[in-house]
Amino acid sequence: MSDVRETITRVHHEEWARVVASLTKRFGDLDVAEEAAAEAFATAVERWPDVGVPPNPGAWLTTTANRKAIDRLRRENKRDDKHKEAQMSYDDPPEPLGVIDDERLRLIFTCCHPALSMETRVALTLRMVGGLTVPEIARAFLVQETAMGQRITRAKAKIKAARIPYRVPDTEDLPRRVSGVLTVLFIVFNEGYLATGPDTDPVRHELTSEAIRLTRLIRALMPDDGEVAGLLALMLLTEARRTARVSASGELVSLDEQDRGSWDAAMVAEGHRLVRERLAAGVAPGRYQILAAINAVHTSARDVRDTDWSQVVALYGQLVRVDPSPIVELNRAIAVAELDGPEVALATVDRLSEKLDGYHAFHATRADLLRRMGQSQQARAAYDKAIELAGNTAETAYLTRRRDQLAGPSKPS
Amino acid sequence: MQYLISVLDDESDESTADAADGSGDVDAFNERLRADGYLVFVAGLDSPATAAVVDNRGDAAIFTDGPYVESKEYLGGLWIVEAPDLDVALKLAAEASRVCNRKLEVRPFVDE
Repeated sequence: MSDVRETITRVHHEEWARVVASLTKRFGDLDVAEEAAAEAFATAVERWPDVGVPPNPGAWLTTTANRKAIDRLRRENKRDDKHKEAQMSYDDPPEPLGVIDDERLRLIFTCCHPALSMETRVALTLRMVGGLTVPEIARAFLVQETAMGQRITRAKAKIKAARIPYRVPDTEDLPRRVSGVLTVLFIVFNEGYLATGPDTDPVRHELTSEAIRLTRLIRALMPDDGEVAGLLALMLLTEARRTARVSASGELVSLDEQDRGSWDAAMVAEGHRLVRERLAAGVAPGRYQILAAINAVHTSARDVRDTDWSQVVALYGQLVRVDPSPIVELNRAIAVAELDGPEVALATVDRLSEKLDGYHAFHATRADLLRRMGQSQQARAAYDKAIELAGNTAETAYLTRRRDQLAGPSKPS
Repeated sequence: MQYLISVLDDESDESTADAADGSGDVDAFNERLRADGYLVFVAGLDSPATAAVVDNRGDAAIFTDGPYVESKEYLGGLWIVEAPDLDVALKLAAEASRVCNRKLEVRPFVDE
């Protein structure tokens, strides 16, 4: 029994996007494809425990979903004559694998179309490509189930009404559109890696692993794209440290204090392999590849004291040229502090105050630098500000401990 | 499939002060749209100050001076294009935005 259940979960992971993609292509309608795919999987959950898993589960699901879709369209055709009978034969030959892979890629590009809002792209990608249910996505983003359902329904209606195409963009548009897809996946990953709100677990493995799974899929479909490889490496090298990042008492553990022995060695190795592959390609790296390289330096050090900080600073310098945002400057300053001392870093950080005043990590960084300089009073004020702005429970716990470790004026009683 | 491309004018934006219609770039672009079979309609609109508002939902038609909504941003002109899908329409609109030096909105007509 439980074996069948595990098989269904695995098949769901492996086949969902394929089934939705092939039905979308055949019927030209995401809504029909999604509903029929969901019904086919529901049928599998019902029947497989009794009759056993079919020898080719993917083909069984596609065939079943096709039938469900045709049944639905037949029902609707009584009112609406738009769909041609020609589309509706039960026995199309199965498509060769390459073509189907290509369809999943189309599905991803449709879900991440720039005419959709960013939050819609995230929700739609998780539903159509990831196969998460509406309640699961609603929970992930702390949105009411009905609101999330509406968001997805409206998105499907917009895709249909505005005729957002179901295809891979032209070569000319491809780099920009791929970068849009990667942004969506990075948002999903980051929300799992450091949840923004206080009402969920601080680290949400289901989101990070889903983001990694989808990025792997894109990597398999676009093996030559450097940024896809870079993002996958970045996610792996970050995810590898997951268990070390939160202590038993639910507090965030900073990189220098982490138990490096508990890092996932296989993920680190795979991430390093991808980074080396990109270095060997000899093409100027984009943002994700540089971030992956920075994480590769960190994960190469067995002890924090072995960290090659000059390399980290150099990579951040490269990143600033690609992405001159104040947050990148802030991260560069953190590395500079290790190389040139907290005073030098603080000078840089303070120049960012206007742009980053509302960002908790800015105040947390200042607090840490001031603490290391022995400026306890100022450090305390900065910790207070950071705690006030931080939403993640594990991070708040970490910052509070750090603040309370400071010697200083006696607590008001 | 037909799409409306609306030209968004902004009276507070000095950089777009030069006339949208009648410039050589726009004319050449329209010619190209026509030749490629995309163009359904194109026209520029006069200023919002020239508008009138009509309401005949009640007993008698009421005519008042316009515009209907006072705003810094207003519709300055429009294209209607025939395109197979949104990506094609967006690509045409991107060219249009460049030649008329304005922000544009692309919106599908209801597909009957």
